[in-house]
Amino acid sequence: MGRYVIRRLLQMIPVFIGSTFLIFFMVFALGDPVAALFGDRAPDPATAAQIRKDLFLDEPLWKQYLHYMSLTFRGDFGTAFNGQQVTELMADAWPITVRLTLVAIAFEILIGITLGVLSGLRRGRAVDTTVLVLTLVVISIPTFVSGYVLQYLCGVKWNTVSPTVSPEAPLNELLLPGVVVGLVSLAYVTRLTRTSVAENVRADYVRTALAKGLPRRRIITRHLLRNSLIPVVTFIGTDIGGLMGGALVTERIFNIHGVGYQLYQGVLRQNSPTVVGFVTILVIVFLVANLIVDLLYAVLDPRIRYA
Amino acid sequence: MREVRCAKWVVCALAVAVAAAGCGGGGDSGGGGGGGDGSGTVRSSWGDPQNPLEPANTNEVQGGKVLDMVFRGLKRYDPKTGKAQDMLAQKIETKDSQNYTVTIKKGWTFQNGEKVTAKSFVDAWNYGALLDNKQKNAYFFEYIEGYDAVHPTSGKATAKTLSGLQVKNDSTFTVRLTQKFSTWPETLGYAAFAPLPRAFFDHHDAWVSKPIGNGPYMVGSYKKGSSMKLKKWEKYSGPDKAQNGGVELRVYTDVGTAYTDLQAGNLDLADDIPAAQLKNVKQDLGDRYINQPAGIIQTLTFPMYDKRWNKEGMEKVRRGLSMAIDRKQITERIFEKTRTPATDWTSPVLGDDGGYQAGLCGEACSYDPPQAKKLIQEGGGLPGGKMTITYNADTGSHKDWVDAVCNSINNALDKENACVGTSIGTFADYRNKITDRQMKGPFRAGWQMDYPLIQNFLQPMFYTNASSNDGEYSSKKFDDLVDQANAESDTGKAIADFRRAEKVLADDMPGIPLWYQNGSAGYSDRLSDVRLNAFSVPVYNQIKVN
Repeated sequence: MGRYVIRRLLQMIPVFIGSTFLIFFMVFALGDPVAALFGDRAPDPATAAQIRKDLFLDEPLWKQYLHYMSLTFRGDFGTAFNGQQVTELMADAWPITVRLTLVAIAFEILIGITLGVLSGLRRGRAVDTTVLVLTLVVISIPTFVSGYVLQYLCGVKWNTVSPTVSPEAPLNELLLPGVVVGLVSLAYVTRLTRTSVAENVRADYVRTALAKGLPRRRIITRHLLRNSLIPVVTFIGTDIGGLMGGALVTERIFNIHGVGYQLYQGVLRQNSPTVVGFVTILVIVFLVANLIVDLLYAVLDPRIRYA
Repeated sequence: MREVRCAKWVVCALAVAVAAAGCGGGGDSGGGGGGGDGSGTVRSSWGDPQNPLEPANTNEVQGGKVLDMVFRGLKRYDPKTGKAQDMLAQKIETKDSQNYTVTIKKGWTFQNGEKVTAKSFVDAWNYGALLDNKQKNAYFFEYIEGYDAVHPTSGKATAKTLSGLQVKNDSTFTVRLTQKFSTWPETLGYAAFAPLPRAFFDHHDAWVSKPIGNGPYMVGSYKKGSSMKLKKWEKYSGPDKAQNGGVELRVYTDVGTAYTDLQAGNLDLADDIPAAQLKNVKQDLGDRYINQPAGIIQTLTFPMYDKRWNKEGMEKVRRGLSMAIDRKQITERIFEKTRTPATDWTSPVLGDDGGYQAGLCGEACSYDPPQAKKLIQEGGGLPGGKMTITYNADTGSHKDWVDAVCNSINNALDKENACVGTSIGTFADYRNKITDRQMKGPFRAGWQMDYPLIQNFLQPMFYTNASSNDGEYSSKKFDDLVDQANAESDTGKAIADFRRAEKVLADDMPGIPLWYQNGSAGYSDRLSDVRLNAFSVPVYNQIKVN
């Protein structure tokens, strides 16, 4: 187990270097960002040259990258154009997005799995069909549509919640955005759980448990659910990275100043330190989440062993 | 039976989930300021300023909002008329339009108690001009003698201070310009010319994270990237005291979201109405919607450095193209009247006294397809039979109007693909290509004035080798008239000269004036006396909160 984890962690290093370089390269390929700082006006060449020098933009790409990486290893992620340290931006943005993601995941797990189990147990009946149709509807609506619609209905029309989130982003204000972020994944979780449960409900061990006279509740939670959760856990694990990245859309709609907001701002202003810094962390989150998922398999299914 | 019960349960669960998770998340998260007693707070939309909030480094509207509240300079542009009026200046005297003596009023202080003296100005201007400080508005000081030394076009600065600035005593300093510039004092209302306290130089980082100025508002708290709270400065000694208790600026990433918040009553003032809402805004807000001219003109600039566009006879083609554009229809259909068809090269915000003259461009800017076709044919037709209009794709949805303009030109010429739009991915790349002179046909250009003077609309864009003369237009006649106007000490005569210079543009048509851009804003019923100034920035200090 320990050796497995170490091997996985070592594998992350090339992925980390490769992905940062790719992102760096892509932002670089967009061209020189300094001209945009001057608006529609021709930049004053001397000032522009000075800014380029300060941001290392006058060096070739590989030098810029090496310089950036050497700073990164010292914990310095560079500066955004407005003079703020990228680490400072991260300290502000990450907690908010993590909170948002947690809300979304909690919502997915609670409602998604419940609905999935219910419809899986009642396969082909009215409940099942209703849930299937509902999830189909949810999956086919893009996030920005559901976001704007729910924001308008709840925030403006019925005025039950604030349509936007304040800078501190307390948990209760993140509920609606969390639902929007998690909505599509919720539908997938429901469907995955349903299929898995429907399949396992006819398995031998469930029949055995029934024959032993175990209470129904215990059969469902201990035997059926535990065996059905593997695909769901895989999905949720890989979805964490997706949710954080997908927050880009939702965070704009609800004006949440999280990772998506900073990324958007960074891309718009072509500020490579901001973009690379945030995406790098996203990559790490993704890798770690995947590792945790793999480890969880062993917990859920004792037959799986890591050496 | 079982099934029915279960179905109900599911519906209930869903309902509870949506109610609890979705719509029930705490009713009052609006927060914001109390009101009713005249000390209410204005909650206003904001965008993250692109640069640190140094006066000489702020060249966009979002940072400009803050500076407009926190600073007062020698002059201030009247929010209504746009005229420069004395603020800190007691008098600004000159005999030859080149050497100026500035006397400042006594009794002004910064918010930390420090006195505003002549040195506060001179130090601030020296800082703004010095190349090492990389201030984006450094060019504002280019007319002051010694600018070449502190801000050479290449290499290192050879001096730290502008030789043209001399402090005489606490309240007087002199300015020597490199050329005659009669309207120079009227440029001094721009934020770049604001005075700065010693704290700015001594504790620069602390100052930038919480600016200290001498205006009607002081910065209470500033959380970069999300909000700034400004409160009324009770000891403010100027005539334009704040009429409300303070202003809370909130950063929005999306103008649409700000508009939604305005509708929900969480925001009092949204100063940019999203294009998608323009159709509904009248219905939503009634007379709480402001749509008025801003000091911005959009033009199509021709690459005069390209022989094909600059040879003999092409002026007819350029004029013909201008006449082929149905400005009225485009501004109505595409922009929902947030643009006004342009008939000169300035802006209505200048007012007639300031140099704006409706219809100055004459028939060269009026829609007349048959005449347009005739002119273009007389001039030898489009170079190679077709042309492109270049724009940047990432901001401002330029595609719509560029396509419409091309359509209008194609219709006038009775040719299907004579004119097509081409886009460049990012604004930065677009600007780089313009600076590198790579344009093969007309390209879009927007000009936002620095100060409400006719000079600012003409000289930077069309004077030979001027800083923003992206088309490299050069005309001796035009240059002479501008020089003559700058040397003229009588404002009325100067403006007459500038107008004659504009007539030269109407003949040569180096850039087609398309339309004047409007500034828009909407506000809640808590506010009254909301107005935008000539720079489309809300005049916060006049806003009353009910």
